[in-house]
Amino acid sequence: MSQKKRQKPVVWVEQILLKMLPHQDEEEPASYRGSSGSCLVTIRKMPYLGSEDVVKELKKALCNPHIQADRLRYRNVIQRVIRYMTQGLDMSGVFMEMVKASATVDIVQKKLVYLYMCTYAPLKPDLALLAINTLCKDCSDPNPMVRGLALRSMCSLRMSKLDQWGQAEVLNFLLRYQPRSEEELFDILNLLDSFLKSGSPGVVMGATKLFLILAKKFPHVQTDVLVRVKGPLLAACSSESRELCFVALCHVRQILHSLPGHFSSHYKKFFCSYSEPHYIKLQKVEVLCELVNDENVQQVLEELRGYCTDVSADFAQAAIFAIGSIARTYTDQCVQILTELLGLRQEHITTVVVQTFRDLVWLCPQCTEAVCQALPGCEENIQDSEGKQALIWLLGVHGERIPNAPYVLEDFVENVKSETFPAVKMELLTALLRLFLSRPAECQDMLGRLLYYCIEEEKDMAVRDRGLFYYRLLLVGIDEVKRILCSPKSDPTLGLLEDPAERPVNSWASDFNTLVPVYGKSRWATISKCHGAERCGPELPKTSSFAASGPLIPEENKERVQEVPDSGTLMLVPNLQLTADYFEKTWLSLKVAHQQVLPWQGEFHPDTLQMALQVVNIQTIAMSRAGARPWKAYLSAQDDTGCLFLTELLWKPENSEMQISVKQNETRTETLKSFISVLETVIGTIEEIKS
Amino acid sequence: MISQFFILSSKGDPLIYKDFRGDSGGRDVAELFYRKLTGLPGDESPVVMHHEGRHFIHIRHSGLYLVVTTSENVSPFGLLELLSRLATLLGDYCGSLGEGTISRNVALVYELLDEVLDYGYVQTTSTEMLRNFIQTEAVVSKPFSLFDLSSVGLFGAETQQSKVAPSSAASRPVLSSRSDQSQKNEVFLDVVERLSVLIASNGSLLKVDVQGEIRLKSFLPSGSEMRIGLTEEFCVGKSELRVSLFPGYGPGIRVDEVSFHSFVNLDEFESHRILRLQPPQGELTVMRYQLSDDLPSPLPFRLFPSVQWDRGSGRLQVYLKLRCDLPLKSQALNVRLHLPLPRGVISLSQELSSPEQKAELAEGALRWDLPRVQGGSQLSGLFQMDVPRPPGPPSHGLSTSAPPLGLGPASLSFELPRHTCSGLQVRFLRLAFRPCGNANPHKWVRHLSHSDAYVIRI
Repeated sequence: MSQKKRQKPVVWVEQILLKMLPHQDEEEPASYRGSSGSCLVTIRKMPYLGSEDVVKELKKALCNPHIQADRLRYRNVIQRVIRYMTQGLDMSGVFMEMVKASATVDIVQKKLVYLYMCTYAPLKPDLALLAINTLCKDCSDPNPMVRGLALRSMCSLRMSKLDQWGQAEVLNFLLRYQPRSEEELFDILNLLDSFLKSGSPGVVMGATKLFLILAKKFPHVQTDVLVRVKGPLLAACSSESRELCFVALCHVRQILHSLPGHFSSHYKKFFCSYSEPHYIKLQKVEVLCELVNDENVQQVLEELRGYCTDVSADFAQAAIFAIGSIARTYTDQCVQILTELLGLRQEHITTVVVQTFRDLVWLCPQCTEAVCQALPGCEENIQDSEGKQALIWLLGVHGERIPNAPYVLEDFVENVKSETFPAVKMELLTALLRLFLSRPAECQDMLGRLLYYCIEEEKDMAVRDRGLFYYRLLLVGIDEVKRILCSPKSDPTLGLLEDPAERPVNSWASDFNTLVPVYGKSRWATISKCHGAERCGPELPKTSSFAASGPLIPEENKERVQEVPDSGTLMLVPNLQLTADYFEKTWLSLKVAHQQVLPWQGEFHPDTLQMALQVVNIQTIAMSRAGARPWKAYLSAQDDTGCLFLTELLWKPENSEMQISVKQNETRTETLKSFISVLETVIGTIEEIKS
Repeated sequence: MISQFFILSSKGDPLIYKDFRGDSGGRDVAELFYRKLTGLPGDESPVVMHHEGRHFIHIRHSGLYLVVTTSENVSPFGLLELLSRLATLLGDYCGSLGEGTISRNVALVYELLDEVLDYGYVQTTSTEMLRNFIQTEAVVSKPFSLFDLSSVGLFGAETQQSKVAPSSAASRPVLSSRSDQSQKNEVFLDVVERLSVLIASNGSLLKVDVQGEIRLKSFLPSGSEMRIGLTEEFCVGKSELRVSLFPGYGPGIRVDEVSFHSFVNLDEFESHRILRLQPPQGELTVMRYQLSDDLPSPLPFRLFPSVQWDRGSGRLQVYLKLRCDLPLKSQALNVRLHLPLPRGVISLSQELSSPEQKAELAEGALRWDLPRVQGGSQLSGLFQMDVPRPPGPPSHGLSTSAPPLGLGPASLSFELPRHTCSGLQVRFLRLAFRPCGNANPHKWVRHLSHSDAYVIRI
């Protein structure tokens, strides 16, 4: 490039500047250096106005086919654009032309244009999209320098901020990424931080989930995130939108399973208001049960007690059951409240209280005395089957402590003919026989009547059989009856088992911000089950999977695993059952242990292959339709030591070859070799039959 | 990913139906959804429902069901957010959201859906972006007139009684690019607070919760900058710092948590409590905040009940004294007290302290309506009822003076115009926008608190 050519624009800039600064004569004029070739220009005051002329003139130059044809002149114009850009002039007006200029073989020009594009892309996001095409093309350029340049530019194109939907989508997409080092992990977490403060609940929850998943090995980081997300979740819980409120409550419950104290200080947020729909009230009551602790138990119980007399019987009953579940920890207070409720003499309340008592006595035997004192008089207000069963059970098992127990049961015996529920009659039989053991004098007569009725007159076969059974049992002798009927009266350990022990966050992290907490775990299981059944067609595994099932190694094989050395002898287990979901999960988590290519010509029937594989105990999990291109199949097999072989067959007709990739859950080179040879044999045989 | 989207009227008639992916059944899903919804047992939530590998997720808005179906395990937060955003968007473009406006603007709604969602993926929900693509003009039943100012209420607040009718601002669609320029430039800024309170029977305060929002509806050309100045003493968090620094300023206006829309520029927030933003046309929630437990001002209402019950004769006498603790110049509107009564109450006799009040029995509860309650005033009502005796012998466990089952708790619903419970006020709304030829833009700044749940145990 000649000196002259370089100087020219600089002089020209000076003219423009002077033109642009008409009132600045008295001040020091804009100074510049660069007559010798350096293009650095220092400008003290750069007004915004006036750049239009420059842009117009540059636009003209860039479009000029003569200039475009002359590489040096073209480059020169571009250089001028860059120079103005550096000086702070708005050069975004020539974006279109600059994008066109990027399609060139001149690397210097390319570099300049990319520099320009990275600067102005945020201002012209829609036009910058046009540049992507060129960048993509450059990424497959034979010249590594061009490829690198394109890639670098593409990464630095900060086009526009993603909106909330885009952010949520990207956060979801990032769930698939596995950081390679701890350092990288924390870098990502730091970047995510700002999303936790987003105003959009979707983004906040998406970011939270990503946090939980990425930090799966750092429980304190997980807890920290859950603390940070508390505010947004609570806000959603009191949102005007009932639907959002409900979903948030479901997630609060999920968190409480792992961190029971997490929302305890905010218990008031979960008090119900009368205008809320039923399903929200029920969720709130559940949450209240789960967050109760020493500090708030008094207030929570007070609130729940208020709900027990709600106009809606369903809600009242839910509240009573809730008090019952709190009673497992705070027994005395709760039993007192429940006893008071009995005084209201309302059928729908009494029946639920008695049922709660039954469960409570079984789990917390220390409250038996209090319950037994509360029971007399209840029978007048119980009409439904469940309530009657509960009361009769209590009278039978703890009858020796309830003075009037035989007389209450006698009433039931009197009315047994009009009793409509067989379950109540069965319960009555058992209870009366039990009570007979502790208070024989008072029960003997009516037990005889009841047995007579059940055996001679009862139409329900189950009740009649039960009656006959007890009759014969009595014939054997009273000791035998005692041996059979005097089972334990409580089992406090059951309560411990039933109590949702603190589950690790990782057990539900992948369900966070999905429909699983909204449906509830058990309903989701049934949903995904029928869903899975529909899906197990010849479909290739998708990356979205939810449920994993089945142990990797069958129980009975576990011990043998340690004993068997890596001998190389291969015995594949027949009838291996793997779900597609489980296969997919395992497949994604393992690395390819072996890959090879076998020759494969022309058409074939996938069914034949499947059958042949079946013969050697290799199961087909999924395969493409016959005639699909490329054709794929996923196979699984397990040997007698529990080692799992997962295989992908990929047939590309254009290469006439079959690519085999095998993954193994334990590294055993010898068995792997044997497995490959089995596979080779099968495929070889099919190939022979075909030809 | 969203498979289908549809809008049903409150009676279940499909108004809008669009399939984005063609992967899950036909049009009958709308009917199926409604059948499932109406057949749902009371304790199950209708928010997310499942049928043969398809999930229905919906919101209810202005009496309409906005429903999406999907076959994937999606983010429920994201989808619900999208649905409410769609509701706002449709409201922006059609003027208001309702069965009538939707069926009048079917073409517009489909056009919008086309642009918002592509193959079940969200493209954009920005009112501004969409304006470039939307060709259909909204059909408005009644032309907008500024003379109709008497009806200027709030555009978004869904109060308990829905007494605050949608204002003229609500029934006006955002300007389309082709509309004439003679339309007035207007901007509406509402500070709306929902108050939920729980008072124990002994009068002690158990819970106070304020959910506040600053909502903006702008009809100004997009990109015109505005500055919203909030009360200077406004502070966030439990910190007492500001109070101690400026002792002369009083207790300060404090909220627990605050979140802003992403459009809001907070450069001047720390120093001057000014929010800067360039809002697009249409509705926007600028700021959300929450405050619990300690309010700077006294609660608006106190209720002093006294109940006398003669168990023998079944006569129940309830005397209610309602005191309004608002400042003297303020007033509460549409106050309604709702008191559930024991089952089977038949007759009611009443003595009310002023003639414009009304009380009646409705659905097993006493409803006491007070159209207007002035700050500092005290109103009372004496109600006498006959309660049928509960079956069975008289209970021995309870004293006879205890109130009968099913009485209370009382709940109040009301609106407090020009009042915010947190004390937050908009100091100013300044527009940088220079009108060309037009008169100055109209700015409407309004404050309102209304009850979410105001419960007093008896």
